[in-house]
Amino acid sequence: MTERVVILGGGTGGTVLANDLADRLEPELDAGDVRVTLVNDDPDHVYKPVWLYVPFGQREPDDGRRSLDTLVDDAIDLRIDHVSDIDTESQQLESMEGSDVIEYDHLVVATGSTLEPDRIPGLAGGGHDYYSESGATDLRDELLSFTEGELVLSVIGTPHMCPAAPLEFVFMADDWLRERGLREDVDITYTYPIQRVHGNPHIAEWARPIMEERDIAVETFFNAESVDPDAETITSMEGTELDYDLLVTIPPHRGVDLIEEAGLGDDGWVDVDKHTLEAEAAQNVYALGDTADTGVPNAGSVAHYQASVVGQRLASEIRGRPATATYDGKTLCFIETGMDAASFVEFDYESPPSPAPPSEKLHWSKLAYNESYWLTARGLL
Amino acid sequence: MTDIEPDETVDARGAACPGPLMDLIGKIRSAESGDVIRLLSDNDQSLTDVPEWSEEAGNELLAVEEFDDHNAFYVEKA
Repeated sequence: MTERVVILGGGTGGTVLANDLADRLEPELDAGDVRVTLVNDDPDHVYKPVWLYVPFGQREPDDGRRSLDTLVDDAIDLRIDHVSDIDTESQQLESMEGSDVIEYDHLVVATGSTLEPDRIPGLAGGGHDYYSESGATDLRDELLSFTEGELVLSVIGTPHMCPAAPLEFVFMADDWLRERGLREDVDITYTYPIQRVHGNPHIAEWARPIMEERDIAVETFFNAESVDPDAETITSMEGTELDYDLLVTIPPHRGVDLIEEAGLGDDGWVDVDKHTLEAEAAQNVYALGDTADTGVPNAGSVAHYQASVVGQRLASEIRGRPATATYDGKTLCFIETGMDAASFVEFDYESPPSPAPPSEKLHWSKLAYNESYWLTARGLL
Repeated sequence: MTDIEPDETVDARGAACPGPLMDLIGKIRSAESGDVIRLLSDNDQSLTDVPEWSEEAGNELLAVEEFDDHNAFYVEKA
C-alpha cells in the first residue's frame, strides 16, 4: 500500500521539504511505496525577502518569483489547487472545486502568513508596506519621489514575517536619504508595540544606540489603533498621535482560516510541540515555518531548518523507525544596517543572538545568499 | 486568590517574550471598555512588561496572582 504524504503550501518550508523528501525517500518513491504531493494555490514560488529592496528601486518583484515546477523534483506530485477544508479525523483535504478529496497518511501544513490591514481602520487607505508585491511596488512609487517630510515606520502587530525587516528598512532609508543629500529634510520615526525596538531584547539592545546615532526617532509602546489618511495621522491605543507624510507599516498578520476551522490553532497558527513540530490537536499532522506556533521568528531560515527536521521525522515514521530528529530553534538572519553594510545573527531556543559588527562583507553575503536562495528551494543548499 | 471574574482569558503559557504581552494587547484591542482580561503567562518578563504597558496605555492592572508555574494578570480596559 502506498503511503501518502501531503504538503500544504509551496513557500520556503513546503518546497524545501518536498525536495528533501524526494532525496531522502528516493527508493520508496521509485518503488511506488510512497507518494509525496505538494499542494499550492499559486503555480509560482515566491521569495519574499526580495521585497525589502523593491521600494529603493534595487529589485523587481519578479526577481522573487519562479515557477514551482522548475524548483520541485519530478518525483513529487505538484498540484496547483486551493484547499478549502482540512479534516484531520478522516485525514483528507477538500479542494475549492470540490471535485475530489486529497487523502493523506501524513500531512504537513506550511501555509504561511497573510496580511490583514483591515484590522486597523484607515490603514489600507493610508499605509504602505513592503510585505507584499503590490505593497512594495506602491511604496516604491511613493518613496522614489519622497524628498521631504515625516517618514513613519510602524510595526503594528507581532508575530510578523522577518522580524528584522522593520529595522532594516529604517536603517536603509536613513542611509539612502543621506547618500542623496535629503536626510536633513526627512524625519524618520520608528514605532514598536512593546517597550523596546525589537521583540528580542538582545537585538533591541544592539539596535537602539544605532538608531540614536542615526537620528531615527523611536516611539515604543505604540500599538496602532487607527490611521486617518486625510489628516495623515496614525494614533496608538496608548493615546499617542503621529503626523506622517509617508506611512510605512508592518500590517497585522495571521495564518490562513483553514487552520482555525480545522481546530489546529488560533489565528491561523498551528499549535505544535516546538521540538517535534507535531500538531498538538491532531494525529499525523506537522506544521512548519510561519504556520508552526513555536515562538521563533517567522523567517525563511526557520522554515528551512524545520523542513529538514520534518523530513527526517517523516522518513523515520515511513520506515517504521522511531523519529528522533528535533528542532532546536535555530534561526539565522542577516540584518541590513544601511545600503552597503549588514549585521548577522544566529540563535536558538537556548542561545540568545549576539549581532555581529556591521560590515560591507556581511551586506554582500546577504545579497549573495538571496541570489543563491534558489538552490535552497531546490534542496541543494 | 482573587475573586475577580474576568470577561476573557488569554492563555499565553509556553509563549516566548514578547508573545504574552502581545497576546494581551490583541485581546484588549477587541475588548469593550470595562472588560477585564486575565492573562496567564509563565514568562518572567511579563512581571515587568504587563504593568509597564498597562500604565502606559491607561488600563488598570487589578491584580497579579502568583502560582508555582505561572502568573495570572487581571487587566481592566479603560
